[in-house]
Amino acid sequence: MPMVWVPSLMQKLTDGQAHVEVEGETVRQVIENLDAAFPGFKARVCDENDRLRHDVAVAVDGEVSSEGMRRKVKPDSEVNFLPALAGG
Amino acid sequence: MVDKNGNYKVIGTRPIRHDGTEKVTGQAIYGGDTRFPGMLYGHVLRSPHAHARVKSIDTSKAEALEGVRAVVTGADFPPTTADDMIDLGEGPTSLKSMRGNVLALDKVFYKGHAVAGVAAINAHIADEAIALIEVEYEVLPPVLDVRQAMEDNATLLHENMTTTAFGEDTGKKSNVSLHLNHVLGDPDAAFASAAVVVEREFTTATVHQGYIEPQNATAMWKTDGHLTVWTSTQGAFTTQKQLGAVLDHPISKTKVVPQEIGGGFGGKIPVYLEPVAALLSRKTNKPVKLIMTRADVFEGTGPTPGSYVRVKLGANKDGKLVAGEAYMAFESGGYPGSPMPCGVMCVFGCYEIPNGRIDGFDVVVNKPRSFAYRAPCSTQVALATETVMDEIAEQLGLDRLQFRLDNIAAEGTRRVDGMVYPRIGARETLEAIRDSEHWQAALTGDNQGRGISIGYWFNVGLKSAVTASVNKDGTVNLVEGSTDIGGSRTSIAMQFAEVVGLAAEDINPQVGDTSSIGYTDVTGGSRTTYATGWAAYEAAHDVIRQMRERAAKLWECEDDQVEFDDGIFRHSGDAAKKYNFKELANELDETGGPVVGNGTVDPASGVGGSFAANIADVEVDLETGKVGIARFTVVQDAGKAIHPSYVEGQMQGGSVQGIGWALNEEYFYTDDGNMANSTFLDYRIPTALDLPMIEPIIVEVPNPGHPFGVRGVGEANIAPPPAAIANAIYQAVGVRLRELPMRPERVVAALQAQAAGG
Amino acid sequence: MSKVHIQTKINGEEVEFLCEPRQSLLEILREGLGFTGTKEGCNDGNCGACSCTVDGVLIDSCLMLAVEAEGKEIATVEGLASSEGLHPVQQKFLEHAALQCGICTPGFLVAAKALIDHNPDPSEHEVRHWLAGNLCRCTGYDKIVRAVIDAAQEVRASA
Repeated sequence: MPMVWVPSLMQKLTDGQAHVEVEGETVRQVIENLDAAFPGFKARVCDENDRLRHDVAVAVDGEVSSEGMRRKVKPDSEVNFLPALAGG
Repeated sequence: MVDKNGNYKVIGTRPIRHDGTEKVTGQAIYGGDTRFPGMLYGHVLRSPHAHARVKSIDTSKAEALEGVRAVVTGADFPPTTADDMIDLGEGPTSLKSMRGNVLALDKVFYKGHAVAGVAAINAHIADEAIALIEVEYEVLPPVLDVRQAMEDNATLLHENMTTTAFGEDTGKKSNVSLHLNHVLGDPDAAFASAAVVVEREFTTATVHQGYIEPQNATAMWKTDGHLTVWTSTQGAFTTQKQLGAVLDHPISKTKVVPQEIGGGFGGKIPVYLEPVAALLSRKTNKPVKLIMTRADVFEGTGPTPGSYVRVKLGANKDGKLVAGEAYMAFESGGYPGSPMPCGVMCVFGCYEIPNGRIDGFDVVVNKPRSFAYRAPCSTQVALATETVMDEIAEQLGLDRLQFRLDNIAAEGTRRVDGMVYPRIGARETLEAIRDSEHWQAALTGDNQGRGISIGYWFNVGLKSAVTASVNKDGTVNLVEGSTDIGGSRTSIAMQFAEVVGLAAEDINPQVGDTSSIGYTDVTGGSRTTYATGWAAYEAAHDVIRQMRERAAKLWECEDDQVEFDDGIFRHSGDAAKKYNFKELANELDETGGPVVGNGTVDPASGVGGSFAANIADVEVDLETGKVGIARFTVVQDAGKAIHPSYVEGQMQGGSVQGIGWALNEEYFYTDDGNMANSTFLDYRIPTALDLPMIEPIIVEVPNPGHPFGVRGVGEANIAPPPAAIANAIYQAVGVRLRELPMRPERVVAALQAQAAGG
Repeated sequence: MSKVHIQTKINGEEVEFLCEPRQSLLEILREGLGFTGTKEGCNDGNCGACSCTVDGVLIDSCLMLAVEAEGKEIATVEGLASSEGLHPVQQKFLEHAALQCGICTPGFLVAAKALIDHNPDPSEHEVRHWLAGNLCRCTGYDKIVRAVIDAAQEVRASA
């Protein structure tokens, strides 16, 4: 099952857990399933248009993805939520 | 592409850049060089106060001055409410912040904050006119220190701003706009078990990117509503989006034509003058050009944040890091949104640290709204981590280079923020330090010391588009959307040339405007050679595919009977039938329309970070405290250096910016929030006389996420220099400085304290 | 403000223009005469992007009033190349990749030529000292210094 690393500032929502295993074949499904188990999770990472908040990036297996919610997730994948960044 | 020895034909060579002749003859047109019939010239009135409410603005005397054609203020923007948010692709930004920073709305937040713009028949009259604008201010106390700004009883810059913590509004009114926190493992337990723990505090002053060309913008707002802006920008499309947001003007009627640009380093991504020029043009129905004065550049653009950083590292007796803790507060200036999250990502980015905690704070203060400066916030955090690393090595009696090697991050290392590294070149970068001639060489004078450091930048990918048109003579016109700050159009052309089997000189690269090429993100983030080069690679393959089809027509065979290898199109069934690229291009007339190839990218993964390391030999004058650089080496992992001269140039340029940041550059503030040194005389960047040669060593650990293995190199090289110099000063004279800049009187004070037994 | 009529020579050609007394030579070159190769970086004599020579002397044109050009010979970056090709300093800057954004380059080229005219065999230190009045933010100066030393050698060899 994919493993989600929960940002420490959101661990209040997941009863203090730093890692949560949750089903899903895409980032969208993972988030939906997280929200079902821990209500309020989705609102922290998604906007009202059902897309990732633009100040949030998602990394799957160590790579920040530009595909957002569509990104596929494997059964042994690791999913991280990070602040979205650029450079100068 | 590669020859029998696995060498590329074009990649790795050093052709003359395609825009070279016009740049050395003065013929290249930069944004300040535009001229149009009837053009007006403008200037901007700026706040003399660091923090004030704007009660009223009376522009009547300015408008009455002979030669003045228009005056604009924040009132000329469409109405803005406090909640309007706009997304420009890099995160939601408050529209009020965006507009307010271009022309103040109800408050000014820093000395130099733009308040009004004037257009006149010449720049001198515009200058006289701004002195005639009467602004009534209610002056408020300025907040000038990041830690003071964070205190509970601090004056608030934005009365309704609350702290957000990873998507959650805490509801607490504060000058802290954002708090980030990451935890890995159990740092408290790990510190408790460590053999050595060192915790230190650091402060760094505001510094500016220091590009020699001031910001400029020329705008023509036609009566049919079409707006064209000519400007020196790091991203025409980003400028277009910002104009659309600030002016509430459709992108379909906004064209940005990027001019040659005289330096950016991140500072020419935001708009400053463009919307003002546009508004003035709309009022006058004439082209209007604005250019910033040097003082305007210092006081009214986006320097990098000053900071307070605290780093604690713990190691066991065998020299393995067991825990790291970092606290960092960055000054975002008058509006929120500093690059603090980048500092959070980079602070421990070079090492394997199994337990860690990082807290980052974005804090408003009454200084110019900060913006990105070359690997933003990585320099400040590298100063902290790399000097603490030296202290731990010393306390454990370990060689400081070996200590770093024993803890260096590698593929599979998990950072404190949770990310796991792919193949990276951190170890190879340090090994190149170890194996360098400089590291083996003796020091050359008294009071000299040698310091080392390593820094990291993650780099970005983002979107690029390239179009390639084949000419009859076998040359190719390449249109791309990345403005060229440092020779990138050549590196992009070289990647195209490599694929199709042409010489770099056979490619004619051009930077397009927003009407002539597909959307392309900024030239920044170390992305240009990587992503736009990749788009060129894709366009090259598209061209090859089309050319194969054309050869098939000429040979009257099937497409799949045409092979392309090593620059030659061959008929798989007839060895006599072959063309090189130029020969086939010459025959295309009979085969259909023009051959035009396209490539667009938005790399979903595989960007690949870059590590840069320094050896700095310093010489300290015990009497004056002046620190000279006796010798300096920079090593950087480029993945694959497309044009080694320009890779070396990035490494050298970033190193020298870092040296200036370390020793001399700062915004020197008076108590009422005035920058006292807003000239190149007193904001003293390094000159040729201050420096030795900067010795570059390119390491190539190919990035598996790019067709040629490229890693962006533009930025990481500015991270390590201050730490290397601080470490070197300690080696030379036994004092540690933890404030930037390490200016002479601070060195003297430290030496005196040391002599007094401190 | 009534204008003054100035007659001067720029890059070997007779030029005349009208200017206000308050206008700098830099402003007249760029705005009045179209010699936009000379650049403005600071307008107070600290960056050298506006470097020109006046009767062979290297100056910052932002610090000279246009009216002072009367009867003088001005040389700008536009005068370096000839129909035969680039001046060695220009060619060496390209070969050494001694420019990145290029905004400081015209000033450096004029300054470098003035150095070589004055001192045909400068040491690295002499080059750095002479060029200390020209600021570059992109290159770190390394490749600029190499290019100038190489150009001086080329000029000596072809003399």
